[in-house]
Amino acid sequence: MIGESMYQELILEHYKHPQGRGLRDPYDAEVHHVNPTCGDEVTLRVKVADGGKVLDVSYDGQGCSISQAAASVLHELATGSTVEESLSVVEEFTRLMQGRGQVDPDEDVLGDAVAFAGVAKFPARVKCALLAWMAYKDALMRSQG
Amino acid sequence: MSAPGFDVERIRKDFPVLGRELPGGRSLVYLDSGNSSQKPTQVVETMRDHLTWHYGNVGRALHVLGSESTEAYEAARDKIAAFVKAPSRDEIVFTKNASEALNLVAYAFGNPVGEDERFRIGPGDEIVISEMEHHSNIVPWQLLAQRTGATLRWFPVTDEGRLDIDGLDELVNERTKIVSITHQSNVLGTVNSVSPIVARVREVGALMMLDASQSVPHQPVDVTELGVDFVAFTGHKMVGPSGIGVLWGRRELLDAMPPFLGGGEMIEAVWMDHSTYAPVPHKFEAGTPPIVEAIGLGAAADYLTAVGMDQIKAHEKELVAYALEALPEVPGLRIIGPRTPIARGGTISFTLEGIHPHDVGQILDDVYGIAVRVGHHCARPLHLRFGIPATTRASFYLYNTTAEIDALVRGLHHVQKVFG
Ligand SMILES: Cc1ncc(COP(=O)(O)O)c(C=O)c1O
Repeated sequence: MIGESMYQELILEHYKHPQGRGLRDPYDAEVHHVNPTCGDEVTLRVKVADGGKVLDVSYDGQGCSISQAAASVLHELATGSTVEESLSVVEEFTRLMQGRGQVDPDEDVLGDAVAFAGVAKFPARVKCALLAWMAYKDALMRSQG
Repeated sequence: MSAPGFDVERIRKDFPVLGRELPGGRSLVYLDSGNSSQKPTQVVETMRDHLTWHYGNVGRALHVLGSESTEAYEAARDKIAAFVKAPSRDEIVFTKNASEALNLVAYAFGNPVGEDERFRIGPGDEIVISEMEHHSNIVPWQLLAQRTGATLRWFPVTDEGRLDIDGLDELVNERTKIVSITHQSNVLGTVNSVSPIVARVREVGALMMLDASQSVPHQPVDVTELGVDFVAFTGHKMVGPSGIGVLWGRRELLDAMPPFLGGGEMIEAVWMDHSTYAPVPHKFEAGTPPIVEAIGLGAAADYLTAVGMDQIKAHEKELVAYALEALPEVPGLRIIGPRTPIARGGTISFTLEGIHPHDVGQILDDVYGIAVRVGHHCARPLHLRFGIPATTRASFYLYNTTAEIDALVRGLHHVQKVFG
């Protein structure tokens, strides 16, 4: 039963009850990212206040439980934090996902996102977990540009 | 219950991997033969024996090993010719896989090196495929259309997953140069009826190719009886090795076609400014071929023949009938393709309401050791046609059992529990 460890309770919870799902106005930037190998997709918007506070991360998409839950967790972690803080979470999450299961995650930085640690052992699914997070990074860049 | 003389337990002993224990103590349930089949000891041993004791290059070495290799390689051609009832062994061209066989024919068209009228193509001419094709039988024809300005057209697919040939007479017309369709769909399982299409193709003087990658491994195929011009199939789906495929073509057409790849063995004589070519099939086999793979494929044909293609077909029909009954018990399961075991093979694709195929495949594998394929199975346009991004596919072969289908159904119930 190695695999079920990938489907942590928290991931399934977010998948069944996604937080902050749906595209909302107002927003500064909108991006659309796809995973060509499995057809997962996400459309994501960000709204940032003048002081650099992330006011909203809204999204819509379709795909497997991992990609959808990752978007939901991202929404929770990023909304209300600052651009800088949230980017450091994205960085730590990316490091964890690309670490082939060898990386010791920093729970203080990652919060709930640490539940995805098991996914890193499944190379085929890493892209699913990162889809919304890469879209978020892209959207922030555009909103700042 | 099984076809007389067919003993699936005995067959399973020929495939040691089927008894393998996976990490975590799971046993393997292999339901992905439509992707690639497992290999029996007989094939593996034939290849090992050749590599160990008889290996040399083919066609050009005078010594004992060279002639033993050449003999074994050419004997494999005889076996394949007999397996698909080709009128002549020279009509069997070894390729790398089915994709290369399809490309070989596509590149014969609109090639200035060739002079035959039947392979001339340009703006105003038409190529016909279908919506249920594997990408290997779509992209080569798209490329041909792009190179030559010809128009690509296709048969639609019905909601039940059958080829829709209502528009046959309009779709295949005087402008058509080639029709290339699959004999058996790798997603829907549908076995297409070839004769009405071939009849129309003959009326308009076009050529017809069949992608038999999913039929040759699973039912007796007689290329003459099919009445088409070209047939492509691939070794790794018929208990043979990867790296070897087959193009069968009518002798007279193969003779008329320009070479595909240039190199050693495909020539008769070479000058600095031009060459003449070897007779078929060698005209199409440039360079050192996959020698041991071809020999392995010959052994695969021997193996399948010894079991009996009629028996294999009957066994798979039994499995698919069983699965078509059992699978709909799973709540929210929708089969994409024919729901009756008539004119269909042992491949079943489905969706589970609200659950992504990746999640289905992952749980089946991790919890039950059940290997299925998830995604679009190299048939994206077909999935677009059904308005779905992906499916889960179970595909059966001679070594599968109804107990394995029971395991699949149990696994799917569990998937429902996890995500429901
Ligand atoms: C219907 C069909 N056509 C063509 C192919 C391509 O075979 P290969 O990858 O061996 O060229 C496949 C298998 O993937 C197939 O199922």
